[in-house]
Amino acid sequence: MTPAGRSGTRGFDLVVVGGGIHGSSAALFASLRGLSVAVLEKDTVARHASGTNAGGVRRLGRHHAEIPISQRSMQIWYGIADLLDDDCGFQIAPQIKVAETDAELAGLSQRAGELQAMGYDHEIILDRAGLRRHLPAISDHAVGGLASLKDGFAQPYKTTFAIQRKAMEKGARFYEHCQAGRIHRSDGVWQVETADGVFAAPRLLNAAGAWAGAIAGALGEAAPVEAIAPMMLVTNRVPHFCDAVVGAAGRPLSFKQMPNGTVVIGGGRRGRADRHANRSEILFNELQLTAETAMSLFPVMRSASIVRSWSGVEGRMPDDIPVIGPSARHEGLYHAFGFSAHGFQMGPGVGELMAELIATGATQAPITPFSIARFAV
Amino acid sequence: MSARSVDLLVIGAGPAGIAAATEAAGLGLSVSVMDEQSRPGGQIYRGIETASPKRLAVLGKDYAAGRSLTESFRSSAAEYLPDTLVWNIGSDRSVDFSRGGRAQQMNPSAILVATGALERPMPIPGWTLPGVTTAGALQILLKSSGIVRDNCVLAGAGPLLWLVATQMIAAGARPAAIVENLPRGRIVAGLRHLPGALRAREYLFKGLAMIARVKAAGVPVYANATGLAIEGSTQAEAITFSSGGRQHRIETDAIALHQGVVPNQQITRLVGAEHRWDAAQACFHPVLDARFRTSADSIYVAGDGAAINGARPAALQGRLAALLIAEDQGRRVGTERIRRLQAGIARDKSVRPMLETIYAPAPEILAPADSTLICRCEEVTAGEIRSVVDLGAPGPNQIKSMLRAGMGPCQGRVCGLAVAQIIADRKGETPEETGYYRIRPPIKPITLAELAAYAPDEDAPRAASGDAAA
Amino acid sequence: MVPSRARRIEEVRTISFEFEGLAVQAQEGDSVAAALTAAGIVDLRDSPVSGAPRGIYCMMGACFDCLVEIDGQPNRQACMCEVREGLVVRRQQGRAELEL
Repeated sequence: MTPAGRSGTRGFDLVVVGGGIHGSSAALFASLRGLSVAVLEKDTVARHASGTNAGGVRRLGRHHAEIPISQRSMQIWYGIADLLDDDCGFQIAPQIKVAETDAELAGLSQRAGELQAMGYDHEIILDRAGLRRHLPAISDHAVGGLASLKDGFAQPYKTTFAIQRKAMEKGARFYEHCQAGRIHRSDGVWQVETADGVFAAPRLLNAAGAWAGAIAGALGEAAPVEAIAPMMLVTNRVPHFCDAVVGAAGRPLSFKQMPNGTVVIGGGRRGRADRHANRSEILFNELQLTAETAMSLFPVMRSASIVRSWSGVEGRMPDDIPVIGPSARHEGLYHAFGFSAHGFQMGPGVGELMAELIATGATQAPITPFSIARFAV
Repeated sequence: MSARSVDLLVIGAGPAGIAAATEAAGLGLSVSVMDEQSRPGGQIYRGIETASPKRLAVLGKDYAAGRSLTESFRSSAAEYLPDTLVWNIGSDRSVDFSRGGRAQQMNPSAILVATGALERPMPIPGWTLPGVTTAGALQILLKSSGIVRDNCVLAGAGPLLWLVATQMIAAGARPAAIVENLPRGRIVAGLRHLPGALRAREYLFKGLAMIARVKAAGVPVYANATGLAIEGSTQAEAITFSSGGRQHRIETDAIALHQGVVPNQQITRLVGAEHRWDAAQACFHPVLDARFRTSADSIYVAGDGAAINGARPAALQGRLAALLIAEDQGRRVGTERIRRLQAGIARDKSVRPMLETIYAPAPEILAPADSTLICRCEEVTAGEIRSVVDLGAPGPNQIKSMLRAGMGPCQGRVCGLAVAQIIADRKGETPEETGYYRIRPPIKPITLAELAAYAPDEDAPRAASGDAAA
Repeated sequence: MVPSRARRIEEVRTISFEFEGLAVQAQEGDSVAAALTAAGIVDLRDSPVSGAPRGIYCMMGACFDCLVEIDGQPNRQACMCEVREGLVVRRQQGRAELEL
């Protein structure tokens, strides 16, 4: 790193645009590899989807292409407290997708079979009794489920904040309230213009979440990122009744009880995302369905109170899998965005592989399916 | 059928709200008033419709004056929805509310927020013990139920503390003591504003008369008290403090705290209106233009929710806001009326600089000891907040994520200002720079069952069925 | 210490309800919190965090310290619920129970 020169330019090995979990994690792992890193965040670290998601650390039910990265990320999660000197609120817990009909259970069984054939054994089928061993409070009508027993959950903001702090300890610099403006490349060096001066580096990572499509587009790469606002609600503290993170096969749901007794309910219902105003809005006519689903799966929830709701602005790709990898157009440009509301668990793994890719030019991780080239027009 | 629309929804049935509703209905606007209480009057005129002559006599003529407001409101054409909780307002101004256990929606053309004030948090050791209340709570017990507590210690500072003391004396329940934590030199500093304040001198006379009455009744007054703390294990047992160079300990199981009132920001924050830090009042208030408009489209604020001025100017503001809202909606309104109301408000406000100087919060209340609980709901201490600031957390929302401060059922109503101030002081910035909690709906808890039955676009509530809806 | 007896300065119409199995006399128009205060009951619940006892604080629906269970419904603000003849009110102990 060089200090700001006369022209107000600061030089780094890598500039990351976006202080979410993916940008911060990449900054951490790149710093561990000895790179000098600047992270430019237009708001504050973890302001949007990284700090406001439901905190599920979930391998269960992932797109086939994501499984290897998710598996590697899980290994990092198991050691996250040692890596970051912060427990991140991470706890190992079963993730269970509940089947409410026999047809749904058959679909889950087929999925488990496919994964077995691919050589993965983390997803297992629970029958009626097995489901109740893990979820004694589940509604009578549930017939079974698909489970990944060693998944878990964590506290999103605490996690991303801990990653930021560890990255800073390893030398990364975070610039908050620092919005990337015009980006161009001259003499093999990326120049990111901001109100705080120019940030220059031979390598640039676009990890700007819902705002990443505009950055890629300005650099000539099509990336149709839709801004979405997944919604969550949280109840008052209630006695402990649920140890697993619960989803449903037939309808959107993510349901878990935190160690403090509150129940966080989310999982797909979307509010109104406003990228330009930098905010999202809760739509209660949609959350009504979330409440209905949660109560129908857990009738004990009827008398629980909703204390608050929240949502964060997240980037979603048309095919619901992220963009991860090098630019298809520019040398020294990399992308990690569009995690489509399931990127939290992948954060550590993606950060590690991006750092490897950026530092060495290659990675063992199978990232071809995530190439930005798939959206080229 | 879609949700009902009205020209004006007034939230809050205190003086600003009911005056505005009465005025707006008189101008021909369709008006609804939603309020959480069962009867109009707000906190200042709480119980005004049911108070007996004896209670009215005890509470004084300023209180009794509220009756004409509620009577006009009752006889106006405004629709009154008591026992109604507004828990969300969308960016399209759709209002989600609960009434009779049923969540519903309304679509007003304009909203007047008249949700008044809250007491400033006064975090001192032991302030969560049973037996410790706000001074306002004592007054509400008296206004709404004719209940007094004997031998109560009133601690803190502000006009309300003296008012409550005089009302308690009139009710035959003389307080055991007043522990005033006003720092030395405040009265002298306030006198600088005396010439301006003389425009509304009746307030000054009333204040001096209250203090004289309390002293005449023989209530011990401990001046310039510092180091206030409450002792007790399962309930309050004593209050300790220093005053006059000596350490004091008064045994009591009833302590009422007061450190001034501040605008209730929950709804104005919820709608994303711009707020500004007011250094004179040491609180945030919504930024309004001269027509009571916030930065959120067609959302207005009148009364103490805009800035603390008191009950009489609140009612005047409510009336004026109604006239201006009617004008904004294309009605013709007499300019002379507007001018007179503006003059009345300006006159009443002239006493504020003096009061704000004298009764600015005591420095020790703004900088509680590390071990003092700040967030009562989640039991977060000042020291915990400071240590997370030291880690690098930039503001109240990150403190909330890390520590759950402001995440309990009160949603930060009680602790918000204290948390912002502690963070600001630790970072060496102003609360304006630090900011405030983002207020998320529902602004008060509703049950999951109620949300599951929510039907904004239907007349009948939706059945909470188990139908799959992918 | 002289206990701070709570009392009424007037009588209206008395109704009765139950708190923790004990009959409590209230007056028409009282909130549950006011009626309990008049009856000398200050300890309304345990905090769900530390278990420390809590009572009324603001009496205007802002602080949520007076949460009790009313007729089987947990998390009711005692200061915001008007007393009715025969109400059954219980202290809220820590985390409000779910109806299992």
